[in-house]
Amino acid sequence: MGTRHTLDARRQLCPLPVIRTQNKIRSLEKGDILEVVCTDPGALHDIPAWCRINGHKVVSTTTRGDEILITLEVGGE
Amino acid sequence: MDTRRKAVALISGGLDSMLAARLILDQGIHVEGINFYTGFCVEGHTHAIRRKDRDRPKRNNALWVAEKLGIKLHIIDVIEEYKDIVINPRHGYGANLNPCLDCKGFMVRKAREWMEENGFDFIITGEVIGQRPMSQRRDTMPVVARESGAGGLLLRPLSARLLPPTLPEEKGWVDRTRLLDLSGRTRKPQMALAERYGLHDYAQPAGGCCFLTNAQYSAKLADLWQARGRRDYELDDIMLLKVGRHLRPRPHFKLIIGREEGENNYLQGYRSQFTALRTVSHPGPLALLDGEAGPEDVELAARVVARYSQGRTAPRVEVEVTDPDGAHRILRVPPLPAAEIPQEWHI
Ligand code: SF4
Repeated sequence: MGTRHTLDARRQLCPLPVIRTQNKIRSLEKGDILEVVCTDPGALHDIPAWCRINGHKVVSTTTRGDEILITLEVGGE
Repeated sequence: MDTRRKAVALISGGLDSMLAARLILDQGIHVEGINFYTGFCVEGHTHAIRRKDRDRPKRNNALWVAEKLGIKLHIIDVIEEYKDIVINPRHGYGANLNPCLDCKGFMVRKAREWMEENGFDFIITGEVIGQRPMSQRRDTMPVVARESGAGGLLLRPLSARLLPPTLPEEKGWVDRTRLLDLSGRTRKPQMALAERYGLHDYAQPAGGCCFLTNAQYSAKLADLWQARGRRDYELDDIMLLKVGRHLRPRPHFKLIIGREEGENNYLQGYRSQFTALRTVSHPGPLALLDGEAGPEDVELAARVVARYSQGRTAPRVEVEVTDPDGAHRILRVPPLPAAEIPQEWHI
């Protein structure tokens, strides 16, 4: 089981949450878990799409009021 | 080990760059996409902001293209570096504040740097000779290759057969005879090719890939520079230019007035940076005041904001004025009659 990390991308508009997620994942290990908190609903679409094409897994997405929490598992090369 | 040649493809999200990547994939080359975020891109922003657009299916076109092609996509934040391109374009602007030729050179240069860092062999773009008046002309395409430092490693698959052979063609990595000879503004061949590949539902941007080709947007940016007495910007500035109606009642201040709930909510996030005005006696917009404003200016601003509230015909409207430090007061003002809001105030 990898380590847990969080990323605050609130108030950032797409594609910034995707860019921040991508840059954060670069420093993580395969199997690590990353929780991204954002407020742009576009991220609900874009982050999973980015994960699909780059080989990472979306574990869950939850909406809490205006905040969206996307949990990812880092995939390997 | 994968011994295939590797190409990095500039992916804008439009059809041309998609087809260019597709043609190269078809030749057994390993392709990965790169997409640059300048802050001006016409991506989901305004959709994310405006309430009426919020429920529409949204997508990032570059991600969509990459997924369709089955390639990786790297999105690069170039916000800071791109400022110099917008502020000091060596080759000037197009019809609006779009520095297309410098912009293309910049993006290809960034792609070249990425290619070198990641051990890729060449760069492809969806450029077509004669497609765009400034950056995609027969005489400006070599400028992009030269100024980006990419030289012979820059291949434009859609027009390749009309251009001198590039290194990937000369070295036989790519079969030139299977590249295309498209030119001109017509989109028909691209659409036919898309059909052949079974690609539907691709984005069809009108005019260009960024807000700088938009006349209204460029006018707001020019106004910002003029009012500040210097040509620069922060990301927040250029985001705010996409939101609300912008009115400049006096040279030293302007108002950004939300047009609907989504925009009001978005502007709300900037209350710690600007004086904010909101009608309290009647439903109405949230507005931000950008600039220096004395008491008379604030009163005028309140009257303008009242004009855009549901109290526009009331004798007086209460407007709450909140400073960035949170101090607030209520002004009771008569809404400014429409006739007293001259057209020139609208930026
Ligand atoms: S339209 Fe915008 S992004 Fe596209 S080349 Fe011109 S300046 Fe660059």
